[in-house]
Amino acid sequence: MKEIRLRIDGKEVAAPEGATVLEAAKTAGIRIPTLCHHDGLEPFGACRICIVEAEARGSSRLVVSCVYPVEENLAVRTRSPRIDRIRKTILDLLLAHAPDSPQVSGLAAEYGALRDRFEKEGSFCIHCGLCVRYCAEVKKKHAVGFIGRGIRKEICFIPEVASRECKGCKECFPLCPTSYLQAAYALAESLALPCVINRGHCCSHGAQSP
Amino acid sequence: MDIGRIDAIIDRHRSEASSLIQILLDIQAENRWIPGEAISRIGERLEVPAARIRHVATFYKAFSLVPRGRHEIHVCMGTACHVRGASRVLDASQDATGIRPGETDPGMKFSLETVNCLGCCALGPVVEIDGKIHGRMTAARAAETVKGLEGPRKTE
Ligand code: SF4
Repeated sequence: MKEIRLRIDGKEVAAPEGATVLEAAKTAGIRIPTLCHHDGLEPFGACRICIVEAEARGSSRLVVSCVYPVEENLAVRTRSPRIDRIRKTILDLLLAHAPDSPQVSGLAAEYGALRDRFEKEGSFCIHCGLCVRYCAEVKKKHAVGFIGRGIRKEICFIPEVASRECKGCKECFPLCPTSYLQAAYALAESLALPCVINRGHCCSHGAQSP
Repeated sequence: MDIGRIDAIIDRHRSEASSLIQILLDIQAENRWIPGEAISRIGERLEVPAARIRHVATFYKAFSLVPRGRHEIHVCMGTACHVRGASRVLDASQDATGIRPGETDPGMKFSLETVNCLGCCALGPVVEIDGKIHGRMTAARAAETVKGLEGPRKTE
């Protein structure tokens, strides 16, 4: 495989063709903050916190490093006043949703983000998609998915699948940066799953449960 | 919705996963909403997970996952209609139907929606009823048109 040479924060880095800027930085020991990234999952580009400046052929652009492939002679800057400002704004917004998430507040402290810049919107989910993608890509069960869009986008357990698969798995729980996932599951379990049982589709509760 | 009708629509699109949106549109057009059994059936035959179908079906406003009335009333609340009194037209439509935007009445006669622009601002205020555009609406005419659907009311 062809090797691509680029510079990240002034450091010469070599990465295989097709690798992302984030992966190249990681191998070179350069840290770029992430929230929606997971090594075992496809890049998603949802949280935008890994945004960097990439300069090629004299022009500089803002790109999301977890989905941007490495290019020959690319010059990447992972910190700059401009990037820090953008990351701070993203965190300001996320804090309105999930003010007590350890991951979000850790980054917020690093970038000086403000808890109260935006009115609280207690939805807790930050739409990182880790739960949805883990269930789809690793477990191949699709028990949880996104519904809606824009400000109404949320995660949703599919009762028919969740009633069969989730009880013995729950591997997505530790991935969630906000613990909203656990709450959503508890809610789905108490509201939606019993009616599936009553209709006789369920096998993961009661006597038959493992 | 009858499983045979769902299958016929899926067959028309040769059970291809890439036709998911087209299949959903056809079901929506034929049945006015997309019932759970349609989602399960499409999932089985196209080998697309139900979670993905729900994501698509809730992403586009063209799809409804709850039953819809026989008459679709869309009141435009775009800027041009708004300044020409769309909110009074909406009030009158709510009074005439007895439901709020996003709702369907128990008799399944009407579904009321607001939209952000129907693209014919010069005609504002605009109301679209069952696909037909009614321009230069007033509150009184909106109420009259809505009440006139399916002939005069028997209750009066
Ligand atoms: S529930 Fe948690 S893991 Fe799932 S998308 Fe929301 S924040 Fe991410």
